[in-house]
Amino acid sequence: MSTAIPADSTAKFAEYADGSRLVSTEWVAEHAGEPGLVIVESDEDVLLYETGHIPGAVKVDWHTELNDRVTRDYVDGEGFAALMSAKGISREDTIVFYGDKSNWWAAYALWVFSLFGHEDVRLMDGGRAKWQAEDRELTTDKPRPEPTEYPVIERDDTSLRAFLPEVRDSIGTRPLIDVRSPEEYTGERTHMPAYPEEGALRGGHIPTAASVPWAKAANEDGTFKSAAELKAIYTDEAGLGTADEVIAYCRIGERSSHTWFVLQHLLGYTNVRNYDGSWTEWGNVVGVPIVTGAEAGEVPNR
Amino acid sequence: MSAATDTPESSDLPESLAEIVTDFAETDSSDRLQLLLELASELPELPPRYSEHPELLEPVPECQSPIFLVTEVENPEQGGAAIVKLHFSAPPEAPTTRGFAGILHEGLNGQTAEVVLSIPSDLPLRLSMTDLVSPLRLRGMSGMLSRIQRQTSERIGKITAQ
Repeated sequence: MSTAIPADSTAKFAEYADGSRLVSTEWVAEHAGEPGLVIVESDEDVLLYETGHIPGAVKVDWHTELNDRVTRDYVDGEGFAALMSAKGISREDTIVFYGDKSNWWAAYALWVFSLFGHEDVRLMDGGRAKWQAEDRELTTDKPRPEPTEYPVIERDDTSLRAFLPEVRDSIGTRPLIDVRSPEEYTGERTHMPAYPEEGALRGGHIPTAASVPWAKAANEDGTFKSAAELKAIYTDEAGLGTADEVIAYCRIGERSSHTWFVLQHLLGYTNVRNYDGSWTEWGNVVGVPIVTGAEAGEVPNR
Repeated sequence: MSAATDTPESSDLPESLAEIVTDFAETDSSDRLQLLLELASELPELPPRYSEHPELLEPVPECQSPIFLVTEVENPEQGGAAIVKLHFSAPPEAPTTRGFAGILHEGLNGQTAEVVLSIPSDLPLRLSMTDLVSPLRLRGMSGMLSRIQRQTSERIGKITAQ
């Protein structure tokens, strides 16, 4: 990564493939406010930022700001440039994301920013909950950033994002990781336990997908597990081995962004894609193969 | 400056809810979340008879964050004229859900069963928040309203089509 903003030298991070993608709460407390560093809060709950946030942090809401209002897709290059300008973010800035729910939505926002090639994007390990648990400063003062001249960059949908036809062609040729809850994987239910039904007509998983619920990557306090623990979970148990391509999916792509971050940045898999259509697409498509039960299932005859 | 280009329909709502609908419509869109936050902070605590017995509350899984509610009807034998009391439990880390509960509490607590049952199911869409909060999140409020109405029907012994 380019930039004048230093990496966090925390020993735990040095063990990851690219530890510079993580910063600690201590690091944020120390560096917040430095020119060239923008802190972005991205939450599931759209009001949480208003109740108090890290001083200087701006809010980016996945639902209302990163999505196109009409098509099921993300904003385009012009929309992203306008959003960045409004948030006071320049193309060269270092962005540190944090949020609720062990950084699900923060990881999702980071992934969407990555589709536009924003280079220096990092996550605050442990997210909002850790910052609060440590009694660090929160404020309700909203920053009023100066608009920036963010360039219009065309979104790259080819390298970090997978679409249904590619996922279909990947069955039996590339590892697929299903990061949803065990109940969603087996097909007992089509949505997260205690979460709203988002309308999938069929339950189950994509044939051959390994089940690795996203939360396996996180400690109780929402921080990421150590490099050795992550390697045991994904490389060994889930059988990714030395795979050079991996596709992760969940329900709408938010939990799988968390797993994408782990595989891409913390474990260093070089070609990891997030299938953001995920189960709300696959579980509604006519004729695609589905496996129910705890087994990954066989490659269907075509 | 009024942000209301077209004020949503409120003539079929009780005055308390109509006022909230109008407040949101007349608040500049950049301040609407602040209004929702105020309603979240005004949501009363559960009385001890419920906080000590959480099993008496019904979960609302349509909400992204955990919320529980219970509907009480005083003198249910009065049917539609009976007074409805609402109690909610939602954690502080779920302010949006608390805000939705705050709207329903402010608008419906102390109303008659007849009024509660007359609230149209599209109420959440009339709060001028679809763009700010997203339709998916607003579904949580519909889930609360439908449970309040179902519990009210059950308490007064009214059979509904559900």
